[in-house]
Amino acid sequence: MTTAAAVVAEEPRLHYLNESYGVRSWLLTTDHKRVGLLYLISLTGAFFVGGFFAVMLRLELLTPAGDLLQAETYNKFFTMHGVIMVFFFLVPSIPAVLGNFVLPLMIGARDVAFPRLNLLSWYLYVLGASFTTYAVVTGGVDTGWTFYTPYSTMSSTTQVMPTAIGIFIVGFSSILTGLNFVVTIHRMRAPGLTWFRLPLFVWSLYGTSLIQILATPVLAITVMLLGLERLLHVGIFDPALGGDPVLFQHLFWFYSHPAVYIMILPGMGVISEVVPCFARKRIFGYRYVAFSSIAIAVFGFLVWGHHLFVAGQSVYAAMVFSLLSYLVAIPSAVKVFNWTATLHKGTIEFRTPLLYALGFIGLFTIGGLTGLFLASLGMDVHVTDTYFVIAHFHYIMVGGMVMAYMGGVHYWWPKISGRMYPEGWGRLAALIIFIGFNLTFFPQFILGYLGMPRRYHAYPDEFQVLNVMSTAGASILGVGYLLPMIYLLWSLRYGEPAGNNPWDATGLEWQTPSPPPRDNFEVTPVVTGEPYAYPGREPAHG
Amino acid sequence: MAEHAVAVAHQFDDAEQQRGAAELGMWIFLATEVMFFGGMFTAFTAYRWLYPAGFAHASRHLDVLLGGVNTVVLIGSSLTMVLAVHGARVGHRRMLLVCLGLTMLLGSVFLGIKAIEWTHKWEDGLVPGLRFTLTGADAGPEELFFLLYFAMTGVHALHLVIGICVVGVILALAWRGHYTPEYHNPVEVTGLYWHFVDIVWIFLLPMLYLIGRHGP
Amino acid sequence: MAHSGVRLYVAVFAALVFLTLVTVGVSYVDLGPLSVVVALTIAFTKALLVVVFFMHLRESSGLIWVVAGGGFFWLAILIALTMSDVMTRGWLPVSGP
Repeated sequence: MTTAAAVVAEEPRLHYLNESYGVRSWLLTTDHKRVGLLYLISLTGAFFVGGFFAVMLRLELLTPAGDLLQAETYNKFFTMHGVIMVFFFLVPSIPAVLGNFVLPLMIGARDVAFPRLNLLSWYLYVLGASFTTYAVVTGGVDTGWTFYTPYSTMSSTTQVMPTAIGIFIVGFSSILTGLNFVVTIHRMRAPGLTWFRLPLFVWSLYGTSLIQILATPVLAITVMLLGLERLLHVGIFDPALGGDPVLFQHLFWFYSHPAVYIMILPGMGVISEVVPCFARKRIFGYRYVAFSSIAIAVFGFLVWGHHLFVAGQSVYAAMVFSLLSYLVAIPSAVKVFNWTATLHKGTIEFRTPLLYALGFIGLFTIGGLTGLFLASLGMDVHVTDTYFVIAHFHYIMVGGMVMAYMGGVHYWWPKISGRMYPEGWGRLAALIIFIGFNLTFFPQFILGYLGMPRRYHAYPDEFQVLNVMSTAGASILGVGYLLPMIYLLWSLRYGEPAGNNPWDATGLEWQTPSPPPRDNFEVTPVVTGEPYAYPGREPAHG
Repeated sequence: MAEHAVAVAHQFDDAEQQRGAAELGMWIFLATEVMFFGGMFTAFTAYRWLYPAGFAHASRHLDVLLGGVNTVVLIGSSLTMVLAVHGARVGHRRMLLVCLGLTMLLGSVFLGIKAIEWTHKWEDGLVPGLRFTLTGADAGPEELFFLLYFAMTGVHALHLVIGICVVGVILALAWRGHYTPEYHNPVEVTGLYWHFVDIVWIFLLPMLYLIGRHGP
Repeated sequence: MAHSGVRLYVAVFAALVFLTLVTVGVSYVDLGPLSVVVALTIAFTKALLVVVFFMHLRESSGLIWVVAGGGFFWLAILIALTMSDVMTRGWLPVSGP
């Protein structure tokens, strides 16, 4: 770890944070690093709004009776929790915050391919969030984040249109980010940086971007058709006309299933950076991990029908989708095995980013395995639309994705801010989050297996104990999330100055000062060596 | 021909990298557009398969002559657009300007004919949700057909309007001498977009106008 | 050289107009299930002419070919797997999950 002495000489110098001041310099920035921070602020806000709705849901579920919220209100709260968390937090999270900040640095570029488009992406996010916020404050929406027809188009009297418009707009934010990243990775790598010398985080961003580009437009057109139906009171999905509500589900899930890979792939990329660094060892099976990102992106497009098993889909199509759903687990398993093999006989440093990574590996594995239960047709009949499903996807999204996000933020915090966060508090928060998370969501597997359905504000008395455990866990989880908010802000002023490479990590982003100058590198780096050239015992893989 | 120095944006190393990025970026954008229209093509395919009689019946309400003429108009605008790009590549200023202008003109003619078609549909009571007067056993599927008809041709027309505006901006910049054989990326990528809009229509023509023409 | 480029574009235009006339004309002939095949084949041919010649795919790198093909291939996945449900719902009266 670099000491403070080497760093003192670097301040004050010009870097991306102090090279210009004022609101205009931020709101009109084309610097990918500042755009990443704009997203960081927006997403943190979204996380807390979505989290507020989650808190209300868990409070209601403390008691079997629906006594805190009316059913209609409860329906609105779980809808808005889902809409905000999925579209306004999870989908953008790592790509828009960490990807934007780190990607050009990692490939030795001065910026992304289209910096102004990047800024536009953020403004589209804000515009979409504004429409959805408007919907929230003017009565909310109660259709579930899945907007199934005909309820969403014909019957619901809530603010479906503004929410739909908000989702439509934020979709384009996602598409443009994906487009920008693909062009950047193809066209702007530093000299000598061949594909198989790229950090695995870049590979995962590439896979994510492919999904954003190919899947999100289908969501956009589906939401548009939904809006048309609602506006004109005629149904593309209306059975009275011969329309098919299941067709809506096909179109919706064609995006929304790959969307879950948009959410998890970047997290996997973070783990692939953090694990070699804190095991001081080369990643095991680099090419397998790289290709698995592409495989997940591609296979992820072939499985959406597993959301329609009980919807009236043809049983023959269901069998095909079930088989494909089993196949998509394979590349994810490859990553888990490779991370584990990297840790094996490594020199482990239990820093905060690694704690989050270890949590990710365990919790993602549980979440992923329970996905296999759901992929089995017979099993799915029993547990679909129960808390089993809720536990499954929260294990992946919260136990996996959010922990990867936190791990990534901590890992690159020194680069972003030029400061170290307090390591003791970092570890404590990670531990609290891990404990709180498991206490919140493990009981939900049991609840679902026992038959408690999702999306109800009341439940039979015998489920109360597990629900109380879950809510207790949620309160611990909340504390865990608040801690980093506090100490990360604290570190901006009082944290130890970081230096170029506090982790002694490989990667081009660590070869430039913390915080980086506006154009990232004084001189464009030339890459000659393999990635992850850590001193550990694993022989080099290509 | 004199070499003009090309202004290269700060994130790029040279003009070729800039050109390559613009080209790749536009093609990727067009791939997203394929998926965007594709959702509607999927819905259409599903219902066409489920209701062959209803869809064929509804399709016969469309005017093949206007649809065919419009197709030729749009293909013609693709010709003028590619000639404009050609003009930019070889530095033929007059060809560039005239062909951009013709592209806008032909695009507008297409929209005009479309407006006429839509007016006819309104008069015939074939606009779902607003004025739909068909009855009979097939009325439901026929209404589905027309909903998709208006959704697809409407979204297509919107893309055409945007295209005409963009070509207008490119025309104004070309008039002011912004483009040279060494730098004319905006003209190239606008061309790609325009041809895509043409391709969508190439598929819409048989899908919407030509099913069941030979039937009773 | 400039003129031969123009001549090529005009030739492609003529082919496209010709194919338009063909597709309209053929639609009046009863070909049964072959009608759809013929119509789609002509449409794909026209699209290919536009993509290869007007959009200069001939001159572009392999990556651009992949992007151009990728979009259509992905749409094919959406349509094919959705239709696998729509078309098989009426098969054997097995009550599904």
